[in-house]
Amino acid sequence: MGWNSPLARLRDALRGQRVRERDIRKLVSNLPYEGLEKMKQPNRHFPGNAIKTTKYTLLFFIPMNLFEQFHRLANIYFLGLAILNFVPVVNAFQPEVALIPICVILALTALKDGWEDFRRYQSDRKLNNTPCFIYCRKEQQFVERRWKDVRVGDFVKVICNEIIPADLLLLHTSDPNGVCHIETANLDGETNLKQRRVVPGLSTSTSEFEPESFNGVVVCERPNNNLNHFKCYVEKPDNVKVGIGIESLLLRGCTVRNTDHTVGFVVYAGHETKSMLNNNGPRYKRSKLERKLNTDVIFCIILLFAMCLVGALGHFSWLQELPSVPPYLVPDSHGHLDSPALSGFYMFFTMIILLQVLIPISLYVSIELVKIGQVFFITNDIDLYDEESDTPMQCRALNITEDLGQIQYIFSDKTGTLTENKMVFRRCTVMGTEYPHCENAVRLAVLDEPDSEEEVIFNQRPWPPQSRWTPDTEDADPAGTPHYHGSRHRGKVAESAQRDVAFSSPLETEVVPDRKLLQQIRRTESSSSSSSSGKTDPYLDFFLALAICNTVVVSTATVRRQRESGCPRSSQTSNPFETFSHLVRKVGSFRQTISSWRPMSNRSRTSSNCSVLEEDHFNSLAKTGNCGGRKSTGPQTQDTSPSLRYEAESPDEAALVHAAKAYGFTLLARTPGSVTVRLPCGEELVFEVLDTLAFDSHRKRMSVLVRHPVTSELVLYTKGADYAIMELLGTPYAEQLKGKQKRIAADTQRHLDCYAKEGLRTLCFTKKVLSERAYKDWSVSRQGALAAIDNREKLIMDTAGLLETNLTLLGATGIEDRLQESVPDTIVALREAGIQVWVLTGDKPETAVNIGYACRLLDEGDLVINMSSKNKLMCVSILDCTLEEVRRYGNDPTGLAPTISLVIDGRTLAMALESDLVDRFVDLARRCRSVLCCRVTPLQKSAVVKVIREKLKVMTLAVGDGANDVNMIQAADVGIGISGQEGMQAVMASDFAISRFKHLKKLLLVHGHWCYTRLANMIIYFFYKNVAYVNLLFWYQFFCGFSGTAMIDYWLMIFFNLFFTSAPPIMFGIMDKDVSAETLLGLPELYRTGQGTGEYKFSTFWTAMLDAFYQSLVCFFIPYWVYEDSDIDVFTFGTPLNTVSLFTILLHLSIEIKTWTVVHWVIMLGSVAVYFIVTLAYSAICVTCNPPSNPYWILQSQMADPMFYLTCIITTVLALLPRYMFHVLRNTLAPSPLVRARHLDRLDPSVREQWIKEWKSFRGAGDLSKLTRSPTLETTEDTSPASPSPSDITTAEITLNVITESYQSTVQL
Amino acid sequence: MMASSYNAKDEDGHITVSGPGGGTLKNKKPDNTAFKQQRLPAWQPILTAGTVLPAFFIIGLIFIPIGIGLYVTSNNIKELEIDYTGVDMSSPCFNCSQNFSWNSTRPCTCTIPFYLEQAFESNVFMYYGLSNFYQNHRRYVKSRDDSQLNGDIEALLNPSKECEPYARNENKPIAPCGAIANSMFNDTLELFYIDPNGTKIQIPLMKKGIAWWTDKHVKFRNPGGNNPNLTAVFQGTTKPVNWRKPVYELDTDSENNGFINEDFIVWMRTAALPTFRKLYRIIQKKNSMIPTLPRGNYTLEVVYNYPVGSFEGRKRMILSTISWMGGKNPFLGIAYITVGSICFFLGVVLLIIHHKYGNRNNSADITN
Repeated sequence: MGWNSPLARLRDALRGQRVRERDIRKLVSNLPYEGLEKMKQPNRHFPGNAIKTTKYTLLFFIPMNLFEQFHRLANIYFLGLAILNFVPVVNAFQPEVALIPICVILALTALKDGWEDFRRYQSDRKLNNTPCFIYCRKEQQFVERRWKDVRVGDFVKVICNEIIPADLLLLHTSDPNGVCHIETANLDGETNLKQRRVVPGLSTSTSEFEPESFNGVVVCERPNNNLNHFKCYVEKPDNVKVGIGIESLLLRGCTVRNTDHTVGFVVYAGHETKSMLNNNGPRYKRSKLERKLNTDVIFCIILLFAMCLVGALGHFSWLQELPSVPPYLVPDSHGHLDSPALSGFYMFFTMIILLQVLIPISLYVSIELVKIGQVFFITNDIDLYDEESDTPMQCRALNITEDLGQIQYIFSDKTGTLTENKMVFRRCTVMGTEYPHCENAVRLAVLDEPDSEEEVIFNQRPWPPQSRWTPDTEDADPAGTPHYHGSRHRGKVAESAQRDVAFSSPLETEVVPDRKLLQQIRRTESSSSSSSSGKTDPYLDFFLALAICNTVVVSTATVRRQRESGCPRSSQTSNPFETFSHLVRKVGSFRQTISSWRPMSNRSRTSSNCSVLEEDHFNSLAKTGNCGGRKSTGPQTQDTSPSLRYEAESPDEAALVHAAKAYGFTLLARTPGSVTVRLPCGEELVFEVLDTLAFDSHRKRMSVLVRHPVTSELVLYTKGADYAIMELLGTPYAEQLKGKQKRIAADTQRHLDCYAKEGLRTLCFTKKVLSERAYKDWSVSRQGALAAIDNREKLIMDTAGLLETNLTLLGATGIEDRLQESVPDTIVALREAGIQVWVLTGDKPETAVNIGYACRLLDEGDLVINMSSKNKLMCVSILDCTLEEVRRYGNDPTGLAPTISLVIDGRTLAMALESDLVDRFVDLARRCRSVLCCRVTPLQKSAVVKVIREKLKVMTLAVGDGANDVNMIQAADVGIGISGQEGMQAVMASDFAISRFKHLKKLLLVHGHWCYTRLANMIIYFFYKNVAYVNLLFWYQFFCGFSGTAMIDYWLMIFFNLFFTSAPPIMFGIMDKDVSAETLLGLPELYRTGQGTGEYKFSTFWTAMLDAFYQSLVCFFIPYWVYEDSDIDVFTFGTPLNTVSLFTILLHLSIEIKTWTVVHWVIMLGSVAVYFIVTLAYSAICVTCNPPSNPYWILQSQMADPMFYLTCIITTVLALLPRYMFHVLRNTLAPSPLVRARHLDRLDPSVREQWIKEWKSFRGAGDLSKLTRSPTLETTEDTSPASPSPSDITTAEITLNVITESYQSTVQL
Repeated sequence: MMASSYNAKDEDGHITVSGPGGGTLKNKKPDNTAFKQQRLPAWQPILTAGTVLPAFFIIGLIFIPIGIGLYVTSNNIKELEIDYTGVDMSSPCFNCSQNFSWNSTRPCTCTIPFYLEQAFESNVFMYYGLSNFYQNHRRYVKSRDDSQLNGDIEALLNPSKECEPYARNENKPIAPCGAIANSMFNDTLELFYIDPNGTKIQIPLMKKGIAWWTDKHVKFRNPGGNNPNLTAVFQGTTKPVNWRKPVYELDTDSENNGFINEDFIVWMRTAALPTFRKLYRIIQKKNSMIPTLPRGNYTLEVVYNYPVGSFEGRKRMILSTISWMGGKNPFLGIAYITVGSICFFLGVVLLIIHHKYGNRNNSADITN
């Protein structure tokens, strides 16, 4: 510890600042500097790994918290009033007492903040003290330290199943291929394993890594929060630069799986790690209702000022009228009286203090409480719970529950949202020949019966594909693999009902091969086996492409499934078939199950054990992969095949790999450098992977460049969307097939269109053989692109494009993505609820239209407008033309026009969204019943949502499940994520997370409706309550010379708002139920009451205000006339007023409450009881406690007086009479749909069902807006539109189709 | 929330392991309870003409009799009010009202004759009434020291600053301090019955029992406990500016002197409205045979001290009998009758509505 001059330290600190700010960082190993003082450390400028997420420190908690809190305007208002009270000329109450409300609110908030901060502190401490291994030069080995000791430049060793402490550059793994598997569930919730690989060319292939030998300089970019990008290179002493991307970075927070240990170099630590930079708190959204509420608060402020002005002017004129100084006018302490004008001026402020409650500050607190309660009920709804995945509904945004009740537009993703996103291989076309896979279709049709699903699978099980091709699986390897075998089976059983374990459910794994295709393959196999050159047969190539051209990771499952073994298997017991089949299966694999249990339990006890167990298994796998070249079928490899488990980033890939497997092309292993595939004949081929051109949404394709082990050819397999591939087809596959190639392309295209019409997802597969030289040339530019720091993504994409040219078409596949259960039902219900449903998908228009019909988004009678154009001019004319047509329908007075649906593709959409066309497009879209946007990019999805939301000023909801929906989810007012097969990114970005699309129905129709009506009514009630109460004080001013006197003790006034009348409205906001869930679901029309302005209208607000004024007048003047010219004193007069207004306010609420449960009774009666108990106690105890006001014994003496009760009764009755009458008359003369629904609720459930049915059938295609408007149903019948006559539709359709088709034909030319 | 999210997950994992039953599987399935599923048994009233009809009739039928009862009771209360402000030239107190001053030493007396047309049978309460006197003015209401009035010696000598500017006079603490006490009503009213034969009989007026029991015994206390020597107790204090005599000379009866003087206590209970009356005396009924105040001629003798000209106020003397509902006030009776009638009328209207439209509300008719 040497002494440094403060100046030097300062300079060093400044330099550190600069180093941190720099765009590029240079990091070197800490080891050579170990033990030196801090000033000599090269990486001293970068923060350590200790994290601190707390906001406050113990010492400065109070000032900092206060500072935070006074950022809220409401608190400043409160504080201002409290301070105003300390000005003697202005004060209305005891200044100290006036501090109470603000102190209570500040203290409560501080308590909450403090508690949260303490929790954060605890978790920080726990994290910071987590053990980890850091290399120590002194001891020449990794020593155990804590996370907080990790510094940039250290070498950290992470053992299997441990969490990575900082962002590490992967330098070494126990895996000989230099691969490390990580699970990023902690970061993005995705449970599939991801591969990371060692920085190439750095580590020697020795089994032990020598950190001290690391002598490169790591140059990396500044820390950023992008989890998927990392730019860095390592400069070795010989000036060779090695480019490194995200594929070599281990992120803090991830878990190492399937790899015994890894060693990494710390690049970013602590708060600079990517996961911490992503840690940016919950989003705050403001709901529509709250925005509206704020305008009403402004009205309240205006009202307050008006009232204060009246008070000030009144006081002024009252003083003016006085002939001289009366004895009741108290001068100030110097005996001086202010002039009337000055007193009036002061009075303005006194009035503000007196009437401050008019601004409902407590409303904000109450709304928060109500929303917490609402969220509680939503998340606890058992109907929104998904048994299969054991996920209940999640509310991630706490403050927009009521927006769910006002949705007008839903934008839905298709894949994974409407559909299962469980891809099933359905058919394929190879070299222009279609193989329909009829057997498979039959099997899937059976599977469609949800109840019999498990049973059928069970029946299928006896002949899984691998047993067919490798019949000699019986012999087990002595090295302990049977355990895996067994546990794998067990795992499969447990997982079959468990969705989050990715794509291994039997539905996808089992493909029944097409007989014809199978024969074809056999034929080519046998014919080609003689000559090695026959390996280039297109059929074999097609399946090789299926197996190779993907990023599917083969894992051996058991290790990481350990975490999930705790998941409930009980969740599937609801189905008797399941349990039965389960049992049978269990018996079948009983022995194996038993044997598998032992290692499993061992492992869960001690995690260090697992590494040993796994290691041998991994080595065995690795050996297989490493042996290279040809390898005859041995027992060792055979044994691993049953436990193969495919971890795919997209379910399509998994489905394709499974399909290939069904034909005998089994993907056995994948390492960054190689892919091992077993051919049908049992031969194993190890392809050297030269490069993988990853999928991106611009290219819409991916490629794998491999070296064929037999022919040593360089082969590029590309798969992608048909339109992305067809353009790139080039030279023919073989010279003699020149004419054939064209035909193949045409045939394939025809098949593809046919697939799309069936609603299948299509992918094209191509092949390209490269020359060595071409590869070398390309490789150079590729390396350059990879090592680039700037513009890296674009360069990589460009280089990929360079290679993907002149492709040869092999074939295409059709993958089915089945609709989720009750999707059509849900869509119909949402439609009936007046919600427009749009589907935005990346699929082809044909596929989308097909799905549209399947999920009843499109009806047979609909007029479907297909917009597709290649240039803008055409787009404009189509748009104008259709708009004209559609307008004509809209103006049709008979209401007989068919409903219009629009299908638009991404390119046209992009043009339509340009600023000059967007208005026309929106106008058109507004008139369409449903809109399907196909082939849209994620960015377009969010653009559409934004345009509709802003142009039409409607409430939008976006629902999606994948990363491509994140933009859309964030753009919409309400974002809903479906926790499905595509990871958790959508869920992470969403406000609400559900697990099935069908849950949307109850979420919106029931919870949305409830939350909205509850909150809207509560807010209106809150405004009413404050105005009604405050006006009592205001009216009194007319009788006290506008002097600002309160006739109610200030404490009791505080209590009135704080205790006596606070719980009922909150309970009302949380628990009131206007219509039962069953009826709301049965009659989706009821949802319309919340749309647009809904119940919280301008008129409702002002009605409530007027009522409040009336009630306060009654509550004031009846007691006034009763006690006029009597010996009543101030507080004795105030007591009946207070009591009366308590009763009025509570009974007013009970008129509004639609459903009385025990809770309601308890809280309502409790509030009254609390009022009397507290007031009685207060007026019994307080003799001189709160000078000068003194309510001593007043309530007691009042309660001994019969007049008190008589006054209270008549005042309450008279005050509530108009509202009561209003409700009665409205409910009788013009009942709203909601009231009718409440009538239905009271019926017996079975009778109700029948009524709902009859109501619906009677209504026919009618819309409820008419129903809402007309008081009687008879009129509805008269005006309800008859279904359009067929002639209308057909003529219309013909004309429009002619238009669109003519455009399309021109397009195609 | 990346970091904290995995903490949460860790915690979850922890719970799974150490959960009840050791290794029982944790299920995130929400509890299927009536409360959490919002299915608590409930009463769902719907306000329609049919359902509320009885309520209106019942209210009508209850309110009207109550109203009649109240009205009758109020009418049976006898009340006599005499304005003695003396603003008119003809008024006997005109002279007194003209030359007033808070500190005039010579009392001005005026006599007002009046004729009682009906005998007052039961106890008669005598009030003085002031109008346009804003005893409820914010600063006035506050201008007192309850601790002082409660007998606190400390407060007696150091009145609260709320009493300003009536806290101290000539450096001596004022007892009782404050504007309320300072402006205490100080007219003296005496009532004489003129016998049919012309003799003037003074009617005995009870000055005790006019204040609230709790005020007299709990809120107001003389300093020094039960020390009968009030002069000594109030040593070192001075009388309020407008008072003629100190607080310990308000009455000769030690039970009604000092702070516990009932006239004082009644005054200190500040009136809620600018026109108010305050109980002054009670005329006890002697026996059941003779009415308390028989029909005939009376005179009211007023020692006119209290100036009301500065606020255009009026001074009244009120004689009233009392019923269970207090003083004479027909308002409540009328209100009950009116509201009862309205309810009854509305009930009839609703009955008609129910007959004409009500059937439609039964959901049975939804398909009509």
